[in-house]
Amino acid sequence: MQRIIKNGEVIDERWHLLPVDATLDGISNSDDLIVPLGLWLQSSHALKVRDGGLGVWLQSHEQIEDIVDDLKYFKVVALDFPAFTDGRHFSSARLLRERYGYQGEIRAIGDVLRDQIFFMHRCGFDAFAVRPDRDPYDALKGLQDFSVTYQTGVDQPLPLFRRR
Amino acid sequence: MHPADRPGVRDSLRAENYMYVYDEYDQRIIEERVAQFRDQTARFLAGELAEDEFRPLRLQNGLYVQRYAPMLRVCVPYGLLSAPQLRMLAKLARDYDKGYAHISTRQNVQYNWPKLEDVPDMLAELASVQMHAIQTSGNCIRNVTTDQFAGVAPDEVIDPRPWCEIIRQWATFHPEFAHLPRKFKIAVNGSAADRAAIEVHDIGLEPVRNEAGELGFRVLVGGGLGRTPIVGSFINEFLPWQHLLSYLEAILRVYNRYGRRDNKYKARIKILVKALTPEVFAERVAAEWAHLKDGPATLTEAELERVAKHFVDPAYKALDDQSAALAALDAEHPGFARWRSRNVAGHKKPGYAAVTLSLKPTGIAPGDVTDKQFDAIADLAERYSFGEARSSHEQNIILADVEQSQLFELWGELRELGLATPNIGLLTDIICCPGGDFCALANAKSIPIAEAIQRRFDDLDYVFDLGEIDLNISGCMNACGHHHIGNIGILGVDKKGEEFYQVSLGGEAGRNASLGQILGPSFAQDDMADVIAKVIEVYVEQRSEEERFLDTFRRIGIDPFKERVYAKNH
Repeated sequence: MQRIIKNGEVIDERWHLLPVDATLDGISNSDDLIVPLGLWLQSSHALKVRDGGLGVWLQSHEQIEDIVDDLKYFKVVALDFPAFTDGRHFSSARLLRERYGYQGEIRAIGDVLRDQIFFMHRCGFDAFAVRPDRDPYDALKGLQDFSVTYQTGVDQPLPLFRRR
Repeated sequence: MHPADRPGVRDSLRAENYMYVYDEYDQRIIEERVAQFRDQTARFLAGELAEDEFRPLRLQNGLYVQRYAPMLRVCVPYGLLSAPQLRMLAKLARDYDKGYAHISTRQNVQYNWPKLEDVPDMLAELASVQMHAIQTSGNCIRNVTTDQFAGVAPDEVIDPRPWCEIIRQWATFHPEFAHLPRKFKIAVNGSAADRAAIEVHDIGLEPVRNEAGELGFRVLVGGGLGRTPIVGSFINEFLPWQHLLSYLEAILRVYNRYGRRDNKYKARIKILVKALTPEVFAERVAAEWAHLKDGPATLTEAELERVAKHFVDPAYKALDDQSAALAALDAEHPGFARWRSRNVAGHKKPGYAAVTLSLKPTGIAPGDVTDKQFDAIADLAERYSFGEARSSHEQNIILADVEQSQLFELWGELRELGLATPNIGLLTDIICCPGGDFCALANAKSIPIAEAIQRRFDDLDYVFDLGEIDLNISGCMNACGHHHIGNIGILGVDKKGEEFYQVSLGGEAGRNASLGQILGPSFAQDDMADVIAKVIEVYVEQRSEEERFLDTFRRIGIDPFKERVYAKNH
């Protein structure tokens, strides 16, 4: 079982991430599923009536504007990093938290590594599915990289100049 | 009256209080950065981080792996350096490099021969004098640049330095914009003339006052050089200063979300602005900004005052201009006269002058400084200029606050140090990237071209008579030598494995910036000095009295130059 970072701790993963081409065929009723955006947009009615938990995941080019009216259905919004240098979803996470008031889990998936998660956390990610070949306990140290930050962020809405 | 430009109260302040001084927060951030990078380097050397994973991390810390060795680019925020910082730069050159460093076209300092495993120690040394290498490379917000005469220029409208520092802090480890589509450069100009070349930056800012006397910014986006040179477009004619950071955030967010990432040559913001049109881009920014405006990023009077109080005038004496005395010295010492006319600029305070130390003597790579020179410049800064110096994007060093009555003595000392070449703004004050001698990206060498041209034009009287000519050399399309905005631009190109050079004419960096026109087919390295000599011949033949090269070019166009340079048997 994969272990992920959630709220600053390493925990067992209980969600199933469905692949980008997943369909409703044979989909579990009771498992907790993170479905690709495409499947959600096609089949939201069927997905809403399942018993299991529901999350959605977005590729790096997909826009959160496609889900902002549906956020109440999702316990998890997972945002994919095809490469850790693809920074688009840093903005997505901030918008989900700061503009659309999303309170559920925002999870970084894909090429998620220790040296990015400090910034991810500042942008509103609270869960990190660290790349499977890396140790999540090691990655956890990345959250401690800095004790001071200048800008507004989800973790600290007030910029340093309003606190210093 | 606004705290940013409050006169009078400044004179009594201590000398260290005219550049930004770190408080405990600023210091902690750079110390934590040293620890972070030390750990990253150790993990890389231990094989825990793959080369591809380490690469973006080291780049965000200014560390390139170059042709022969790593290159470390140290940040000089908007070009300001204190004497202790200059001495540290000397120490690093001595202890970790080959005894010299290089001033870049973004006012930064580059070391060409450090060892990778030494870099964390170099950063720790830098942190001890409030310096770092944060975001001097990589696809993030780079060092904010400005006019090297900020704070002393007679034509200054508003001191840009507090704004540069406010932007520096906002940009440092901005969590949302650490992995942009491409690098991102911001410049601020506060004067009537634009010595910061803001129109060829990703964002250019000009503090201005509206009719009510309130302070705000003109905001330009989408300028840039590189493969697709574009002069940017102003998208906001008056942004009230309180909203500077939220507006920058809106621009960066639109770029981060919608800028192209599929092709690195199409990834700069200028491509997005062009694709959308500046008008539509401005609308997108305005729509994003509507959500951010008046949020916590809104700047406060208190913050502006906190930062601006560092950029107060040093303790100037009440002096008179020394015109007569200097004219007498000129008459007696023609070398001094020449140096003064080229390397000494006016100052807002009577009796003072700003002196440019030329890093462009013939035979030295443009912008190179030795450890001994750094140490000597630190001493001179303390003795002549309140302990402060500046680096310029033209790759020279400035002592900004020299008493006119001390110019002659200073000139003598600078000559001893090889820093008094009287060529500022002239043909031999060449702006030049490190090129193929050092840089792994370069298609061609640039330093030998600079030297060949300097040797061809070794007659100082002649160069002096030619007047103002900006000559810029880049070793590749990345345009670090800003060749597009040189009056004469030279670009190194690769043709089937051989180095060739393309020449363009008519570029200009200042206000109403323009990009040069390509003269024609490229030239071999050995021909370059001759080619430039022919271009200059045409100018000399065609110019009317007092006409600058650029003005002659604009009047007569490119054809006469083309005909001469490509003529058979000429």
